[in-house]
Amino acid sequence: MPSEPSVEIRGLTRRFGEVAAVDGVSLDIRRGEFFSLLGPSGCGKTTLLRMIGGFELPTEGSIRINGADMTRVPPYRRPVNMVFQSYALFPHLTVEENVAFGLRYKGVPRGDEGKRVADSLALVQLSGFEKRHPHQLSGGQRQRVALARALALEPEVLLLDEPLGALDQKLRKEVQVQLKHLQRSLGITFIFVTHDQEEALTMSDRVAVMNRGRVEQMDDAARVFERPATEFVANFMGASNFFAARVREAINGQVALELKAGGEVRLSSAEGGPFRAGEDVRFVVRPEKLDLRGRDLSAHGVPSLAVTIEDKVYQGISTVWIVRDGADERFVVYEQNEKPFEEGSRFAVGGRAFLCFNPRHAVVVRPGGAEGS
Amino acid sequence: MKARPPRSERTGYFLALPTWLTLGLFFLLPLTILFVISFGQRATYGGLKPIGDLWVYLASGKFLANYARSLHPIYLQIFWRSVWMAVVTTVVCLVVSFPVAYYIAVAAAPRRRNLLLGLVVVPFWTSFLIRTYAWMFILRTEGLVNRFLMAAGLTHGPLELLYNNFAVLIGLIYGELPFMILPLYASLEKLDLSLLEASADLGAPRSSTLWRITVPMTMPGIVAGVILVFVPSLGQFIVSDLLGGAKTILAGNLIQNQFAVARNKPFGSAVAFELTAAVLALLFAYALYTKRKGQDVLL
Repeated sequence: MPSEPSVEIRGLTRRFGEVAAVDGVSLDIRRGEFFSLLGPSGCGKTTLLRMIGGFELPTEGSIRINGADMTRVPPYRRPVNMVFQSYALFPHLTVEENVAFGLRYKGVPRGDEGKRVADSLALVQLSGFEKRHPHQLSGGQRQRVALARALALEPEVLLLDEPLGALDQKLRKEVQVQLKHLQRSLGITFIFVTHDQEEALTMSDRVAVMNRGRVEQMDDAARVFERPATEFVANFMGASNFFAARVREAINGQVALELKAGGEVRLSSAEGGPFRAGEDVRFVVRPEKLDLRGRDLSAHGVPSLAVTIEDKVYQGISTVWIVRDGADERFVVYEQNEKPFEEGSRFAVGGRAFLCFNPRHAVVVRPGGAEGS
Repeated sequence: MKARPPRSERTGYFLALPTWLTLGLFFLLPLTILFVISFGQRATYGGLKPIGDLWVYLASGKFLANYARSLHPIYLQIFWRSVWMAVVTTVVCLVVSFPVAYYIAVAAAPRRRNLLLGLVVVPFWTSFLIRTYAWMFILRTEGLVNRFLMAAGLTHGPLELLYNNFAVLIGLIYGELPFMILPLYASLEKLDLSLLEASADLGAPRSSTLWRITVPMTMPGIVAGVILVFVPSLGQFIVSDLLGGAKTILAGNLIQNQFAVARNKPFGSAVAFELTAAVLALLFAYALYTKRKGQDVLL
């Protein structure tokens, strides 16, 4: 990864009256990376993006793009371009005119405009659509025109505000892969806003998970998924299995936890430390990392929790089990459907089983901000 | 046997009936009467002279006398004045109204919009005649403007602000302004603001965004406003009567005079019909133009 940041955000705050939509955010976005701002609606991700684009002015803080201060520079003088959620194509202009719209302001000679437009449209596979008007295009085609229009200006940073939100599921998946591919081949920094964690994981190099105007966790996409730092992030990434425990001892990063529901878990390396003996903590294990067994495996060093099967949902690729422990805590287990359907399942609803997991998959999370999503 | 039109189509005709009745009764019928009378001749006491045998009358060419008379330079001068004044009124109204409508529709806080719109409409609560009289008090020799200018020491004697083209234009512009602001507001209010952001994002300074996005996107409102202002301005007679001098007679005054003072209904009808025909021709030309450009703006 190149070292100098493409976008540096320091202490950025935007208040609307009493409410801080973005609250003291600091981020470094690296050159050429695919960076996602992920969070539920109202978390401030779009406001943050709009401040980078220059459509909102921050109440406090600064934004530097390629080393130059851009905090109060109007949008038309920033080396960034945006793909709007609604695409914002100009309905009175053709595809070609839409894509060519900004070229004259970037000092592209008139003679080169045609080539730039053709190249951009080829990039998004829309050659041949030059003379159409936006209303004559499908949603996916419009989205690509919006992309071509922004890319034609060869921006240093491309901002994308939930650009796939209006597309159907199947098309979305295709476009995700195409976008990622495009970003890699062009080497432009992409800042992508989405509320869809799967979308963020599919495309991003790094992800910042936002909640209530703040960044809860910023990390590589896989780490955000596998090692959530807070309860909110864990919840948002769909790892809603929380285990209450007490720290028995903590030596050299090794932590021994005593489960409230009984049993002991030893974590070899735990984030969120340091821990004190006697402290109450919560840790999380992702649903696909949990396992249902017919017998107690604690004697073999595998944490096992006696649970009652509450529900079972068949989902084709996997089966979702909903179980409850003695303390009435609810857990979700994903099981891959590997066996033939006819063999039936091992457990019946209402029956008893043991919830097992590998301690390596347990992640201690900080409390707070644990909003459902 | 002819197939009966489907039920929905018949219902459609039925529902359109009030429109046709209204148009026929209040528009087509008077226009037809006007058109017929315009070929007649004035009787000594202001009535219509019997034409005698229709064919003899037509052959004599007398039926065109009113139209021939209207081409006399003195009348052409009046038409010309009416046209340029209507054009100036329309242009000034457009230039003044656009920022006002833009402010109300886009820039102002949403909860203040209705108040501001109300202020635009409030003058309608008073008769147009009275409001035009008010302008006499503002513009006359001892009027508000002159007293202010003299008190401020900007002028020594009173300026002649009343009874000239300037006063008529002020009156016309003042009277027509709301008819420009309202359609412009209606268009601007529907404007997708993300288009303006997209334009700025693509590097367009504010003036370019105005010319390349805002104006084309609000063209239906502009056209509606232009028509709503230009057409009545062309036929105005109250403003020119009260604020204009002897030299600022407009086509509207000419028509009104023929009916009310000179009692020459045929000539008045001919002039009125010419004016109507000119406006219809303009609208028709515009409709053709937009149709050829493949747009469907308003008409």
